[in-house]
Amino acid sequence: MGRYVIRRLLQMIPVFFGATLLIFLMVNVMGDPIAGLCGDRKCDPATATQLKKEFGLDKPVWQQYATYMGNVFTGDFGTAFNGQKVTELMSTAFPLTIRLTLVAIVFEIVIGISLGVVTGLRRGRPVDTVVLLLTLVVIAIPTFVTGLLLQLLLGVEWGVIKPSVSSEAPVNELLIPGLVLASVSLAYVTRLTRTSIAENRRADYVRTAIAKGLPRRRVITRHLLRNSLIPVVTFIGTDIGALMGGAIVTERIFNIHGVGFQLYQGILRQSTQTVVGFVTVLVLVFLVANLIVDLLYAVLDPRIRYA
Amino acid sequence: MRGATHAKWAACAVTVALAATACGGGGDSGGGGDGSGIVGSSWGDPQNPLEPANTNEVQGGKVLDMIFRGLMRYDPKTGEAKNMIAEKIDTKDSQNFTVKIKDGWKFSNGEKVTAKSFVDAWNYGAHLKNNQKNAYFFGYIEGYEDVHPEKGDAKADKLSGLKVVDDTSFTVKLTQKFSTWPKTLGYPAFAPLPKAFYDDHDAWLAKPVGNGPYTVDSYDKGSKMSLRKWDGYKGDDKAENGGVDLKVYTDNNTAYTDLMAGNLDLVDDVPASQLKNAKSDLGDRYINTPAGIIQTLAFPFYDSKWSKDGMEKVRQGLSMAINREQITETIFQKTRTPATDWTSPVLGEAGGYKSGLCGDPCKYDAAKAKKLVADGGGIPGGTLKITYNADTGSHKEWVDAVCNSINKALGNDKSCVASPIGTFADFRSKASQQKLDGAWRAGWQMDYPLIQNFLQPLYYTDASSNDGKWSDKKFDDLIDKANAETDTKKAVSTFQDAEKVLADQMAVIPLWYQNGSAGYSDKVSDVALNQFSVPVYNEIKVS
Repeated sequence: MGRYVIRRLLQMIPVFFGATLLIFLMVNVMGDPIAGLCGDRKCDPATATQLKKEFGLDKPVWQQYATYMGNVFTGDFGTAFNGQKVTELMSTAFPLTIRLTLVAIVFEIVIGISLGVVTGLRRGRPVDTVVLLLTLVVIAIPTFVTGLLLQLLLGVEWGVIKPSVSSEAPVNELLIPGLVLASVSLAYVTRLTRTSIAENRRADYVRTAIAKGLPRRRVITRHLLRNSLIPVVTFIGTDIGALMGGAIVTERIFNIHGVGFQLYQGILRQSTQTVVGFVTVLVLVFLVANLIVDLLYAVLDPRIRYA
Repeated sequence: MRGATHAKWAACAVTVALAATACGGGGDSGGGGDGSGIVGSSWGDPQNPLEPANTNEVQGGKVLDMIFRGLMRYDPKTGEAKNMIAEKIDTKDSQNFTVKIKDGWKFSNGEKVTAKSFVDAWNYGAHLKNNQKNAYFFGYIEGYEDVHPEKGDAKADKLSGLKVVDDTSFTVKLTQKFSTWPKTLGYPAFAPLPKAFYDDHDAWLAKPVGNGPYTVDSYDKGSKMSLRKWDGYKGDDKAENGGVDLKVYTDNNTAYTDLMAGNLDLVDDVPASQLKNAKSDLGDRYINTPAGIIQTLAFPFYDSKWSKDGMEKVRQGLSMAINREQITETIFQKTRTPATDWTSPVLGEAGGYKSGLCGDPCKYDAAKAKKLVADGGGIPGGTLKITYNADTGSHKEWVDAVCNSINKALGNDKSCVASPIGTFADFRSKASQQKLDGAWRAGWQMDYPLIQNFLQPLYYTDASSNDGKWSDKKFDDLIDKANAETDTKKAVSTFQDAEKVLADQMAVIPLWYQNGSAGYSDKVSDVALNQFSVPVYNEIKVS
């Protein structure tokens, strides 16, 4: 187990450098960011040169990357164009997005898995058909439609929620955005769980457990569900990264100043420091989440052993 | 029935989720009609650090307009420059000015506003090492090229043209005659700064201190700023409300939704997609007033194909091929007005705006357009490429419409094509380095309501924002003459003569004047936008 973890951690190093380098180059290809700071007029050349020097943009790209990476390892993620430290932006954005992601994941687990179990156990019954149809509808509708629709109905028409999340973003304000963010994944989790449960229900070990005379609840939770959760856990694990980086749409609709919004603004303003910094952290989150998922396999399925 | 129980639980979870969020709602403005109510207003994260000489867009401008007052202030209605802190600004030769300031003004931290507050602030704004994006404003003051050279390091610390005489007066020497220069002083870049600004710069940026009708109560960077009425304010334009809460929105559509739901009092940038509904949603709480912005199509005069003789006919022809009326009506829902000169209606007749100065070349006439383009030798290369940035401002829609209009008028589907560039920064960098071929969209937001500002920075030979490198001796001479003119009326008419040269040559095609739009809730009244499309916060009343 220990050796496996070390091997995986070592594998992260090239992935980390490759991903950051790619992002760095991509942002660089977009061209000179300074020109965008002066509105529709031309920046005066002296100030532009000075700014380029300050942000290190006057050096060749490889050198910029090397300096940037050197700084990152000392915890210095640079400064955004509005004069704020990128670490400062991160310290406000990440807690928000993590909270939103957690809300979304909880929805996925609670609603998605319960619906999956219910439908998996009652395959072909009306409940199953109805839920399947509903998941189809949810998958087919893009997030921004569900988001705007819920915002308009609950926020403006019925006045049940505030249409926009306040800057402190307490959990109760994040419930609807979290539900919207989770909706599509939630549908997938339901379907995955359903298929998995339906398949394993006829497995030998389940029949043995029933034959042993175990109560139904124990058979389902300890034997059936635990083994059926492997694909679901994989999905949710990779989804954490996707939810954190991909919340741009939801965050914009509900006015959440999280990672998605900072990335969006960073790209618009071509702020290399912001974009690369945030993406670097997201890459790390992805890698760690994947590692945890792989380790969870061993917990869920005793047949899997890591050497 | 285990399964059913599970389903019930799931349903319950959703219901609880919906119910729990219901704790929100309700506006944050209270107080009643006694002038203590708070205005909730939409905001965007300022692009640059919030220093007076470093802020060149509306979002930062809103804050500066509330917490600073300079020598002059533009009347929010007429745009006329009026003395604020200035007692009087005298000159005999339009080049040497003596500024006398009123006594008794203070910053909200108790410091006195003196002549030195201005001189130090201007020196700071002009100096190269401070990276101030509006440094060019000080370019007319003598000694600018020493503190802000084109290349290399600064040779001096201070502008040699600025001299403090005593606590309440200082002198300014300009590098050239510029009779209307005092009228430029209403721009926030010329605001005075307290000592606290230099002593602890980071602390100042975290919570700016100024001399305006409001003070910053709290500032949560990137999300919220609370401004409160300052009782010690000296000016006569005191705040009519208790304060303003600026809230950063990720998207102006969300801000508009919040206004509809009653959680916000003022949205000063109605999203393009909502313009159609704004009138019916808000009725007379929707305002649509001219702002000092003009949109044009610029041409590459650095390319001999476009600058050679006879091409002015092609440019005029193209101008006549654009159906401005139709485009401003269908695409912009009348938040733009077809342009008939190169300035802006906010200047007013006296300030130099002259409706119809462009004449026939700015009127839609398909047949004449086709003839003129043919007479001039046709579009270089056969196709006009219009470059724009695709990331902001819904430019795609109107560029496509302009191209359609040109193609239809000229009877050729390939006369005009739109060419998008991904980001605004990249677009601006290409335009300012003369790397674009064909035409591109150009916009100009005035710095101060003077006709000079609509002409000199854009069309004077090698001027700072003359991206197309247009150059005309006659135009330059007229601008110089107008600047030296001490009589405002004569100066304005000379500027207009220069503008006629633009019309003859069609240096850029004027498209439309841009309006500022805003919507507000029924809790507030007396809402207006000034010429810079910044809401006049101090006049807003909360009921």
